Amino acid sequence: MWMFGGATTAWPRSGGTVWSMALDIATSEPATTTPDPSGKPRRRLRVPLGWIVPVAVLVLWWAAYHAQWVNPVLFSSPWEVTRTLWAAILDGSFGTNLVASLTRWLLGFGIGAVLGLLFGALTGLSRTAERLLDPTFQMLRTIPIMGLVPLFIVWFGLGELPKVLLIAIAAYFLVYIQMYAGIRNIDRKLIEVGRMYELSTAQMLRRIIIPAAMPSILQGIRLGLGVAWLALVIAELTGANVGIGFWMQQGREFVRVDIVLAALIVFAAIGKIVDSLVRLLESRLLSWRDNVEREMGA
Amino acid sequence: MSLRLELKDVSRVFRSRSADVVALDGVSFAVDPGEFVAIIGPSGCGKSTVLRNIAGLDTQFEGSVAVGGVPVTKPSATCGMVFQEHRLLPWLTVRQNILFGFTGTRAEAAARGEELLGLMRLEAFADAYPHHLSGGMAQRASIARALAPRPDVLLLDEPFGALDAFTRIEMQDVLQQVWRHYNTTAVLVTHDIDEAIVLAERVVVMAPRPGRVQHIQDVAMPFPRNRASEQFARHRTELLRQFHLVH
Ligand SMILES: Nc1ncnc2c1ncn2[C@@H]1O[C@H](COP(=O)(O)OP(=O)(O)OP(=O)(O)O)[C@@H](O)[C@H]1O
Ligand SMILES: [Mg+2]
Repeated sequence: MWMFGGATTAWPRSGGTVWSMALDIATSEPATTTPDPSGKPRRRLRVPLGWIVPVAVLVLWWAAYHAQWVNPVLFSSPWEVTRTLWAAILDGSFGTNLVASLTRWLLGFGIGAVLGLLFGALTGLSRTAERLLDPTFQMLRTIPIMGLVPLFIVWFGLGELPKVLLIAIAAYFLVYIQMYAGIRNIDRKLIEVGRMYELSTAQMLRRIIIPAAMPSILQGIRLGLGVAWLALVIAELTGANVGIGFWMQQGREFVRVDIVLAALIVFAAIGKIVDSLVRLLESRLLSWRDNVEREMGA
Repeated sequence: MSLRLELKDVSRVFRSRSADVVALDGVSFAVDPGEFVAIIGPSGCGKSTVLRNIAGLDTQFEGSVAVGGVPVTKPSATCGMVFQEHRLLPWLTVRQNILFGFTGTRAEAAARGEELLGLMRLEAFADAYPHHLSGGMAQRASIARALAPRPDVLLLDEPFGALDAFTRIEMQDVLQQVWRHYNTTAVLVTHDIDEAIVLAERVVVMAPRPGRVQHIQDVAMPFPRNRASEQFARHRTELLRQFHLVH
C-alpha cells in the first residue's frame, strides 16, 4: 500500500485490530504487509530479487568456464567446486575444519562482545570512566586488524591464542562503540520519567536504559559478528593447521582453485546465514519499532 | 488523598560560563489540597522551573518547596508529572506504559489498567505501541500513566501545547473530569489564557527576567465553564491586562 509522507502509520480499527500500512521503500526485496485477522502484520515477499544477482553470477561463471573465456588451470567450474566441497564433506575434513573455524569465531567473538558490553556500559554510564578510557579506545580502534598479525605471531606464535585474540579485538571495538553510543544517545527525557517514579539504579538500567539502548546494542552484535568473521579469515590464512581458512590455504599451495573457491563460498554462506539469524533476533526483540524500520534492514 | 503545596521565596539561578540566568526570583505561592492552579506567563519566565522544583527534578533552588508539609529534596511518587511531550516509552504498549509507575499485585495492576484505559477512552489501544497513537491519544496515555500510582499532586507542564485547537479543548474536558474524579491537587503550566480560565480555580501570572509571581487571580466560576459567557470574558480581559495586551 502506497502512502505519501514516507512514514508508516497504522490505524487500529474497531476491536483493537492494527492495520499496518508499510511504505514500500526502494529496497532490493519489496515487501508489503497485509492486514491479518490476528492483528499482526504478515510479510509477503513477491519476487526474491536478492537471488537474481547470485544466480546470474553462477550462470556467467559456468558459461565463462565452458566457453573457455578463462584459463581452466586458474579457474574451476561450478560443478567441480561442488564436487570438491561434497568430497570434503564426505571424508570428514570439511566438518573438522568447519568446527574449528566456528569455535574460534564464537570464542573470540564471545570474549570481545562481553568485554565490549562491559566497557561500553561503563563509559556510557559514567562520565569519569568515559574521560578516562574512551579516548584510548577511540585511538586503538583505528589500528587495522591486519596490522596486528605480525606482532601477534611474534608474541604468541601460531597457536590458538593469537587467532582468538585477533577475533576478540575486532569484535570488541564495534560492540563497545555501539553499547557506549546506545547509552549516551538515550533521551534524557526518558530518564526523567524513571526518576519521577523513584526507580533505583538497577531498575533504571533494566526498565529504561537497556531497552532504550537495545537497538544500538543489537546493531553492535551484528556488526561485531561480521567483523569477527573477517578477522577469522585473516587469522586462519596466517598459519593454521585446521579451519576453513587453512583449507583455503592448502588449495592455494596446491594450486587447487576449486578448493579456494569452495572455501570462499562457505565463508560467504555462513556469514550470510548468521547475519540473517541476528536480524531475525533483532526483529523479534525490537518488534515495537515501525514495520518500515524493520523492513529497511531486511 | 491530596496534599498542600507551598513555595516560599524560591529562587533559582542557572550559572554558566558566559552568564548567570536568574530563572526564579523570590517566588511564593501555595496550592490548597485538591485545588487546581494554573501558571501562565511569557516564554522563559520560569514556569517549567517552578514545576521541576515541585517535582524534585531540579533541587538547586534557594528557599523552600514543600509538598504536604515535607520539604522536597528529590523526585517522589507522590507527584505525578505530565510533560509537554508525551514521553511514553516506545518499547512498551499503552497498557504497560500506563502501569509503568504502578506498584501493586497483578490483580490490582489489571484493575487499575482497565480503570484508566476506560477513563481515558483508550481501551481499543491498550496493546498498541505509542507510535501508533495520535498526539491526543498519546497525551491521554501519558496523563493516565501519571495518575496510575494515585499521586497526591498532579503536575502538568504545557501538556496540550503541541496539540491542535480541537483536540486541546477535548483534552481540557478530559483533564477536568480526571481532576474532579480523583480530587488531586493540580498545577498546570500553560501559555493559553483560555485554558487556564477553563480549568483553574486560581491563576498565577508570572513575569520574566527575573521570573517572579506578578499576580494571582481567583476564578470563581462553577464547573463546567462556559467559554462564551460574559464572566469568562471578564476573566480573560483581566488576565490579558496583566500582560499589557489590553488597555
Ligand atoms: N537547564 C538550564 N540551564 C540554563 N538555563 C536554563 C535551564 N533551564 C531553564 N533555563 C533558563 O531559565 C529561564 C526559565 O526557564 P523555564 O524553562 O522555566 O521557562 P518557561 O517559563 O517554562 O518557558 P517556556 O514557556 O518557553 O517553556 C529561561 O531563561 C531559561 O533559559
Ligand atoms: Mg516551559
